[in-house]
Amino acid sequence: MKQNALNILPDGQPVPVSTYTAFKATLRRDLLIALKRRNDLLNPLMFFLIVVSLFPLGVSSDPQELTRIAAGTVWVSALLASMLSLDNLYRADYEDGSLEQLLLSPQPLYFLVLAKNIGHWLVSGLPVVLLSPLLAYMLYLPGDAYWTLVFTLLLGTPVLSLFGSIGVALTVGLGSRGLILAVIVLPLTVPVLIIGAKAVADVSLGLPLAMHYSLLGALLALSLSLAPLASAAALKISVN
Amino acid sequence: MWQWFYRLGSPKWFYEMSGKWLPWLYVLMTVLMSVGIVWALLFVPQDYQQGDTIRIMYVHVPVASISLACFPLMAVAGIITLVWKMKLADMVAKCAAPIGAWFTAVALATGAIWGQPIWGTWWAWDARLTSMLIQFFLLIGVIALRSAIESPDDSARACALLAIVGAINVPIIKYSVEWWNTLHQPASNFSMDNESAFGPEIWVPLVIMIFAVYCFFVISLILSTRNEILRRERRAQWVQDIVAVEKV
Repeated sequence: MKQNALNILPDGQPVPVSTYTAFKATLRRDLLIALKRRNDLLNPLMFFLIVVSLFPLGVSSDPQELTRIAAGTVWVSALLASMLSLDNLYRADYEDGSLEQLLLSPQPLYFLVLAKNIGHWLVSGLPVVLLSPLLAYMLYLPGDAYWTLVFTLLLGTPVLSLFGSIGVALTVGLGSRGLILAVIVLPLTVPVLIIGAKAVADVSLGLPLAMHYSLLGALLALSLSLAPLASAAALKISVN
Repeated sequence: MWQWFYRLGSPKWFYEMSGKWLPWLYVLMTVLMSVGIVWALLFVPQDYQQGDTIRIMYVHVPVASISLACFPLMAVAGIITLVWKMKLADMVAKCAAPIGAWFTAVALATGAIWGQPIWGTWWAWDARLTSMLIQFFLLIGVIALRSAIESPDDSARACALLAIVGAINVPIIKYSVEWWNTLHQPASNFSMDNESAFGPEIWVPLVIMIFAVYCFFVISLILSTRNEILRRERRAQWVQDIVAVEKV
């Protein structure tokens, strides 16, 4: 059926929209907005780069010492970068009122929130994952650990976005939320950090990694299925 | 059947009933605490490895075990707040967070005092210490969110949600941290056998102390919940009646 410009059927009823269409539209909109605001796109990446470069300055430039802390440094910096970019997730929508429209829509909020979270990850998580091998090289990460680092980040950063979304949704209505967001969200991300950093450390010792990947995958599956529900509930609380 | 449940949700009913329970709880706690402390400090035999430092256990273990009960308590209260919108559940959850944070801090502090002579260090990145520390951070997060949101209704629901998310996360954090690093001795099993290293002469006073500290926790929770009730219901007639009686 061809839709007319106003999405209204001849009898005055709105054209029913499938959940999939709504999901796609939300995702598309968030990606378009992100593309139009290049700075928001670049800032987390620059932050990631700068934090990682601070470690050699603060710890030591000795290659052996840097090799030892490389995995943890990249992981912690990725965590902080994803934290910093979280504020973009709902704030602009909250301020211009489109978040309320999202909540009023008849579509299940779970999928709309999921679309926003996936959009956020594509814009802020994926670039960090792609940049990580370069930074790992600057920290003298052993050669066999690169793929592990990329794969664990690929599995782990979506979890960070999904958990972080709960925190942002809870604090979106508050005046000053930068620090409280970190205080709420950072403790929740401990398991991801532990497993991800340990996987990269263990691969250098020649240990098998099936368990690390399974655990990260399990965390991703759990947070994909539950975290958007919590975010949706939190958004309903924050937006009256 | 649900009548008791709804009655329990009335702050006034809780205020009156808890006023009757408190004296009994005071007596119970005083008896248990004095028996437990005297027994633990004077009559428990020295440990053949740890000497007198084993007596720190009689504070450390009860406090630590009760601090673990805090997140489940807040999560249950949170579910009640979100589902039945019961004000009392939120008041309990609000008061439980700082008390739980204090218990966690005391468990960490007594653990450090115990660890110094036994492990030779005040702090180690061991699994249980670390998961206690992260539980402390989670509680701080709940308290911070509570104080950041001004409207009491909004902060009640937001904190309820955060407590539930936190409670789901606590076991995940615990197992991931355990998998990461372990130094802490595993919790000892109770044994009736006197020959065992952990026989009745050691664990009976420990159980008494656990009950005593539980009483202390419940009393603290009730007292601060009563304050919270008075603060929130200060415009209600029955609160003003109480205040009027106290003034005379």
